[in-house]
Amino acid sequence: MSPPAKLPRWAELGLLPAINLLAALLLSSVIIQLIGESPWAALKLMADGAFGSQESVGYTLYYATNFIFTGLAVAVAYHAGLFNIGGDGQAYIGGLGTGLVCLWLGAWPFWAVLPLAVLAGAVFGAAWAFIPAYLQARRGSHIVITTIMFNFIASALMTWLLVNILIKPGQQSPESREFAPNATLPGLHTLLGKMGIPFTSTPLNLAFLFALAASVLVWVLVWRTRWGYALRVAGQNAAAAIYAGIRPPRITIQAMLLSGALAGLLGLNELMGSQHRILLDFPAGAGFVGIAVALMGRNHPVGIFFAAVLFGALMQGGSQLSFDMPRVNRDMVVVIQGLVILFCGALENVFRGPLATLLARFGGRKDAP
Amino acid sequence: MNSRPFAVTPPDPSAPALELRGIDKRFGAVRANRAISCAIAAGSIHGFIGENGAGKSTLMNIVYGFHRADAGEIRVSGRVVEIGSPQDAIAAGIGMVHQHFMLVENFTVLENVVLGAEGGRRLAGGLAAARAGLEQLARDYGLDVPLDTVVAELPVGLHQRVEILKALYRGADILILDEPTAVLTPQEADQLFKMLARLRAQGKTVILVTHKLREIMAVTDRVTVMRQGAIVGEVETKSTSPRELAEKMVGRAVLLRVDKTPAQPGATLLAVRNLEVRDRLGVPRVKNVSFTLQAGEIVGIAGVAGNGQSELLEALAGIRASSRGEIVLEGRDLVREGLDARQRRRLGLAHVPEDRLRMGVVAGFSAEDNTILGYHDLPVYQRGLLLNRAAIHGGCAEKMAAYDVRPPDPGLRLASFSGGNQQKLVLAREIDSDPRVLLIGQPTRGVDIGAIEFIHKKLVTLRDAGKALLLVSVELDEILGLADRILVMNAGEIVGEVARADATEEKLGLMMAGVKGEGRS
Repeated sequence: MSPPAKLPRWAELGLLPAINLLAALLLSSVIIQLIGESPWAALKLMADGAFGSQESVGYTLYYATNFIFTGLAVAVAYHAGLFNIGGDGQAYIGGLGTGLVCLWLGAWPFWAVLPLAVLAGAVFGAAWAFIPAYLQARRGSHIVITTIMFNFIASALMTWLLVNILIKPGQQSPESREFAPNATLPGLHTLLGKMGIPFTSTPLNLAFLFALAASVLVWVLVWRTRWGYALRVAGQNAAAAIYAGIRPPRITIQAMLLSGALAGLLGLNELMGSQHRILLDFPAGAGFVGIAVALMGRNHPVGIFFAAVLFGALMQGGSQLSFDMPRVNRDMVVVIQGLVILFCGALENVFRGPLATLLARFGGRKDAP
Repeated sequence: MNSRPFAVTPPDPSAPALELRGIDKRFGAVRANRAISCAIAAGSIHGFIGENGAGKSTLMNIVYGFHRADAGEIRVSGRVVEIGSPQDAIAAGIGMVHQHFMLVENFTVLENVVLGAEGGRRLAGGLAAARAGLEQLARDYGLDVPLDTVVAELPVGLHQRVEILKALYRGADILILDEPTAVLTPQEADQLFKMLARLRAQGKTVILVTHKLREIMAVTDRVTVMRQGAIVGEVETKSTSPRELAEKMVGRAVLLRVDKTPAQPGATLLAVRNLEVRDRLGVPRVKNVSFTLQAGEIVGIAGVAGNGQSELLEALAGIRASSRGEIVLEGRDLVREGLDARQRRRLGLAHVPEDRLRMGVVAGFSAEDNTILGYHDLPVYQRGLLLNRAAIHGGCAEKMAAYDVRPPDPGLRLASFSGGNQQKLVLAREIDSDPRVLLIGQPTRGVDIGAIEFIHKKLVTLRDAGKALLLVSVELDEILGLADRILVMNAGEIVGEVARADATEEKLGLMMAGVKGEGRS
């Protein structure tokens, strides 16, 4: 009957997500207990695996980089009132763009390859998002359906390309040849090393800084420009947008282009930064994790950063856990990740009401009737 | 929850139908209800009047079990009842018709009435019983509704009738109506009042919550006036006057009539010629409409809601496409040039839309972000590639001061403002853009008396500054009070034009019903 209770800002952004996370971990502990391991030890292993050493921090942030890109992609579309489920496909095709530049222009100097690789990733990702966006804007085909379908199309297309065309001659696994050294991103450990800060070698690379820059850019675009204003008006009230002379179909297309471009940058981290070749299914579901990240991060770049780090930590800590605790296998780790998504996303309102009541009792907060 | 509130002794027939004693309700620091005590006689129509935010709705929500009072008791027919939920209220014989109808649009009337009272797992039995019950009710109270029609196909006036039937079907003896005429035409409102009188004659008790004086005077037996959460007066309707009630509501003397000098019409600013507007299905909604709008005059468009006024207004504003004809603003044909709402605004055509919440504002945005809606690309709000937040904030603060918007907090979410203050913000935005022509739809819909007075004054000031105003309103009083010239629309056509001096309610009423007036063929 009543709308979700309103919380003060600090509780909304800090306390509530913390409580949700705690609840997820609590339930995970029960499950770990049930399969006969110590929950405390498991949690400690996970935390240690995610943040305990330079190496683990590097891995955590490396995973988080992917989730920042896809989380931002979901958030931009969300502010335009669109649910972009196609982050995975857009990342896949965007990565193809980045990969092609790296394969073909490997002989060029790094400073020339890098902007072209970024551009190609963004353009390919945007192009993949454009078709569903156009169909939504001009034909009314629901974007949730079309973006899901485009994930499958992207997947089939990439398999075909890798098996038949891009495959390195004379090998069995469908992977391209390696990029030339000029066409790879330096690891962060190399960059830090040059500045005199020693850091263990991890896949964490320059793309992480690109992700941070993209976060700032998204914040400025959405909240500080008139285009962002038009985007948010169209997303929240299409009738008001038309009244204001904003054309919602045009916003739909523009927002999806930006969304697809952001997802398309995943290839920078995954291919150019870490794998150094194009391979099958490199987005590995990051497009979907991006939905959870955006949801948990309240579709705000700052929130998305923290949520992406959390999910990066779950990935990294989870693999550590399955490695060290044989009874907690890979699937159990997925269960724990699923619980976090469940509590932080789908069930985020469960604790909202009680928390609001509690704060009202102790805070004496102003609340208009 | 206590599902049978009166299990102990039978009710006392001589006691008031509903009695409230010392009701207190606090939302955080706001005391929404303060020591409310009153008694409502059985078989009467009792009005609750007060400005938006006076605490009427909170009080009714307590009676209906949406909120729980912090202190106080509720007695129904002399028995203390514990109402913790709407189910308790229904069990105690209290029914409520909300301002916004709570019907499932694509269910039939019968299915809507049964909803929540299906009576068992299988629907068929419940439906048959309901049909018999409803036919009985329709006979008893003259509440005829086509039971098997899908609700979406019924006019709004009938939606309300369905809500009333729903309450009666659940056995309500006390019927609460919250702002029941907000969405009705004057004719539909009169029908509603007749229906309420019939309910009273059958022994039902009706509580009418409104901020419209006319309704209180027309239909109630007694009236309770609320202000700032407390009761400030209770009188026999017969022994009071609209002026006295208005003063009690607002707490000061109020001007009910608009004070203005005769218009001094100047040059023609807007000329509409042979305009035709079709809806999505291709049905013409505005047919061959021609008129002009001069500087320094307010032209009112009267008509029963749904006769093409909304479509005309939207076509003029550039929100809806017209299929034929010209809209000429100071020599430029807006239709032929294909200008959208934003481009028309740039030329000095501002627009206060009829349905504020649907179109005029973004409820989730802050007040300041709402004050640039439609003007967000003006140079004054830019700083290089970015929006000039300081200018937006400052502009909003200025508007809030000039239009007495409360609370004067530009960062507050728009949805947190009352209807009157939202409307003031929209007016401030459109008037401060210094338009040549202002289109205004329903300027005071859902707006309280104090704000109505203010808004009307602003509009007259704007006229006296040499602007042309086109006013669309379903409140005939408002048209008669503000307009210098009145056009009457019926079935998409302008059926007559009357100078204010020659206009009477009867004359306009006849034209609104489709009888052609003089001066037009």
